[in-house]
Amino acid sequence: MECNNTERKYLTVNPLKTCQPLGAVWACLGIHQCMPHSHGSQGCTSYLRMQLTRHFREFIPTTTSSFSEAQVVFGGVGNLKQAIRNILSIYKPKVIGISTTCSAETIGDDVPGTINEMRASGDIPEDVKVFTASTPSYVGSHVTGFSNMVKSAVETFAKKSSPNGKINIIPGLLSPGDLREIKRILKIMGIDAIILPDISDVLDAPMTGEIHLYQKGGTTISEIEDMGNSIATVVLGREAGIAPAESLKEMYDVPYEVLPLPIGISNVDKFIMKLSEITSKPIPYELEEERGRLVDMMLDAHAHWYNKKAAVFGDPDIVEAIVGYANDLGINVLYALTGSYSSEWEKTVKSMVPDAYVSSDNDLWYLKEQLDKKPVDMLFGNSHGKYLAKEYDLPLLRVGFPILDRANLQHFPIVGYKGTAWLVERTGNTLLDYKDAKSPEHLLELIM
Amino acid sequence: MIERNHTQDYMMESPVEKNKKLIEDITDSYPKKVSKERKTHLVVIDPSEEQHIMADVATIPGIMTNRGCSYAGAKGVVFGPVKDILHLTHGPIGCGYYTWNTRRNLAEPEEGYNYFIKNCFSTNMQEKDVVFGGEKKLYGAIKEAYEIFKPKVIGIYATCPVGLIGDDIKAVAKRAEEELGIKVITVSCEGYKGVSQSAGHHLASNTLIMDIVGTEELEDPTPYDINIFGEYNIGGDVWLVKDLLQKIGYRVVSVFTGDSKYDDLAKAHRAKLSILMCHRSINYTNRMMEEKFGVPWLKVNYIGISSTIESLREMAKFFDDPMIYENTEKVIEEELKKIKPRLDYYKERLKGKKAILFVGGSRAHHYQDLLKDIGMETIVAGYEFAHRDDYEGRKIIPEIKEAPHHKILDTYHFERVTEPAYPQEKIEEMKSKMPDHFMNYEGMMVHMEEGSIVIDDFNHHETEELIKALKPDIFLSGIKDRYVFQKMGVPSRQIHSYDYSGPYSSFEGAVNFARDMDMAINNPIWKEVTPPWKK
Ligand code: SF4
Repeated sequence: MECNNTERKYLTVNPLKTCQPLGAVWACLGIHQCMPHSHGSQGCTSYLRMQLTRHFREFIPTTTSSFSEAQVVFGGVGNLKQAIRNILSIYKPKVIGISTTCSAETIGDDVPGTINEMRASGDIPEDVKVFTASTPSYVGSHVTGFSNMVKSAVETFAKKSSPNGKINIIPGLLSPGDLREIKRILKIMGIDAIILPDISDVLDAPMTGEIHLYQKGGTTISEIEDMGNSIATVVLGREAGIAPAESLKEMYDVPYEVLPLPIGISNVDKFIMKLSEITSKPIPYELEEERGRLVDMMLDAHAHWYNKKAAVFGDPDIVEAIVGYANDLGINVLYALTGSYSSEWEKTVKSMVPDAYVSSDNDLWYLKEQLDKKPVDMLFGNSHGKYLAKEYDLPLLRVGFPILDRANLQHFPIVGYKGTAWLVERTGNTLLDYKDAKSPEHLLELIM
Repeated sequence: MIERNHTQDYMMESPVEKNKKLIEDITDSYPKKVSKERKTHLVVIDPSEEQHIMADVATIPGIMTNRGCSYAGAKGVVFGPVKDILHLTHGPIGCGYYTWNTRRNLAEPEEGYNYFIKNCFSTNMQEKDVVFGGEKKLYGAIKEAYEIFKPKVIGIYATCPVGLIGDDIKAVAKRAEEELGIKVITVSCEGYKGVSQSAGHHLASNTLIMDIVGTEELEDPTPYDINIFGEYNIGGDVWLVKDLLQKIGYRVVSVFTGDSKYDDLAKAHRAKLSILMCHRSINYTNRMMEEKFGVPWLKVNYIGISSTIESLREMAKFFDDPMIYENTEKVIEEELKKIKPRLDYYKERLKGKKAILFVGGSRAHHYQDLLKDIGMETIVAGYEFAHRDDYEGRKIIPEIKEAPHHKILDTYHFERVTEPAYPQEKIEEMKSKMPDHFMNYEGMMVHMEEGSIVIDDFNHHETEELIKALKPDIFLSGIKDRYVFQKMGVPSRQIHSYDYSGPYSSFEGAVNFARDMDMAINNPIWKEVTPPWKK
């Protein structure tokens, strides 16, 4: 389809991505007893902590090297050393995951070198693991930050010994509820898996009246070590997960498969069948029942969404998956937009919705301009879409990151047949609520 | 985590002794150097001695601090609320993204003015811009912004890498002004400048006074023209206050900077008086306004009922006008009558509850008054980024030694450029008549109860230990702590952003606040934290 952008080469308005350090910290939070440390000015840490806290409504522990002028002039290594020593003695983590920020990268601090030095001098005790990633914000996005950090974890810790009969799963930026659902499916199928990172039981910790700096969840270092021995790696979401899977392949010859996030019936089918294929485990009837129930729900409610036009925006992997979901439902996607450039992603999504406008280097202002010309019936995306939803009087189905203005959503899965069922419920009923709200009194109906 | 039962150890002593030991204990658990440093940032109020606190120095690396950066202070706090400036962040995407609709500085669109406040504009610098310089991209972005949005003013805010690679944002702004015929202001508020967001407030103030205030004339002056300073209209605070002031007969020329417009700021030098809410974030502008244009200022507080009343009366004293006196009392009486039954209801439910208060520029001070009004007590209060004068009062300013990080912040001084709008003799007279608040701020500490604790640049570890030992009924802070201590079973509310609630200012706001305290503390769900089979 034709899309004439107001010629904009330099200006970004209402971005569809944020910076690498946020994704890096997200990844660290899914590692057991890991303190994410951001090497740079404290502002970066403050910002990403604020953003993650608002999204998850949970405690986000993370530290900073607290740069000021002196560090950017003379280098930040001194602050890094001081920071590590303080972290070790005050917060006692088992693991420290260090990512860098714009300023640290621009001045060129040698983070891995500093860590080696501190190891050699005994400043970092042997039982504390450290891994590092270079994550300046002027490269990639929070998605690449996540990917770089997971890749570093794998490259730093994974080993090869004897086969473990397990599979690795790299789930990308899914919510705690999603991770729980994935684990439930694995359990039903009787599959042993190592999930990296795993933020369930970290960012959905129960209310107990006690405080824990490190919650019980997260992938342990010994699990990460064992990833070199697995049968295969399943990457859920290429953009966030392929890089670490490639490392495992290169280093230890662990083959990998890249799948879309298992949202929507065909994406879940792919996931289940791939799991079965890799592990030679049969697909249990229980899952078939779940699938059958989902198909039933979709048929019962198909009229509510069929042939609606939609725009989908947000992080690349979730957009790709939601496009698949929309295709299953018979919703026509007119726009699929993300902010972290990837030609692979564009190719894939374009093949799924050939008539849609697909762009991986875009922003929400672009979408706004297009809505003036070619409107849609509904939006799928993060909270930032709420202003468009209001302006164009459209229902917004909140999916992905960040969701700042609705509570509890991260506890409910949208992956798997069950998660998809819940998304289907939200899709249909959101549209019905919208229809009711818009109906004049004489057209307000009770029976379908 | 250190596991200790503080409560038992300190049962016998006076509150001052007890808390002094408590903070000794908390800081002793740090590594030596850290312990020594942190001890200077914690004080137990003890009227029997002269007390000082260390502030505005670098955070200890590796400590989980709540501090932000210079950019946050300049773009996020001071300039962000100006609704008709197109705020363009020059830097990688993160900083701009994180300040996009994340502060609840509400603003209303106005006929005939631009309204950009809901958007995030960024140059989204890429690696090649960092390597080859970002000036071209900045200029291109300004031009595109101009073509699409037709702003009257563009503000450029620099983030970390911009200063490091040496982009000359002033030169780009100048070129854009000449070529596009619009106003382009700049703030070089790179995140590493200074030790916290405070540096950004300072830098933003410089831009306000150098490029904005005094550039337009107030065509229809009235005798009761005032500015409201250090007020960002979080949750609509300034709307309630404006209402009151207008009822009394004042006219608000400009608000620095909540729900603000460029033109209003440009005319602010013509006001007779500026009233100052948040001392930390904008006292720089006040000082410079006084020097350059002779606008006097009065430290007020309209968080809390008694403080609001006191502030209104002080303002009346300054104008010393029968109409203002009379209307002030009338408004106070009316407002009190309106809120009394509702307030009494909450007071009954909140009696004697204890609060820990860790917020912002002057909030940790102001909210103590409000808490007192509703029958609550503040046992610990602290700031993230305050300076010693916010704690100890402006009298301490001459004693504060200039630190290296102050040098980068350009402190300007001015000669008077115009006749002040209010007679100079009158101003001098008032200085002696109203010594507490007129051109003065006494700081937070003198207003705190004996035995209460003051903390500068508080952090997670200290907070956790204090909560364990002092068992407050509510923890009032920002988003980053909001859910941490709630998990410990302590009700918590955000006093930076009010958790979607507010306004909390003046009379009606006090009731809103009391309602929210009640909601947090007396919420039935607290009873369910422990399962019945474990009770
Ligand atoms: S864009 Fe750069 S300076 Fe800004 S928050 Fe991200 S890493 Fe920090």
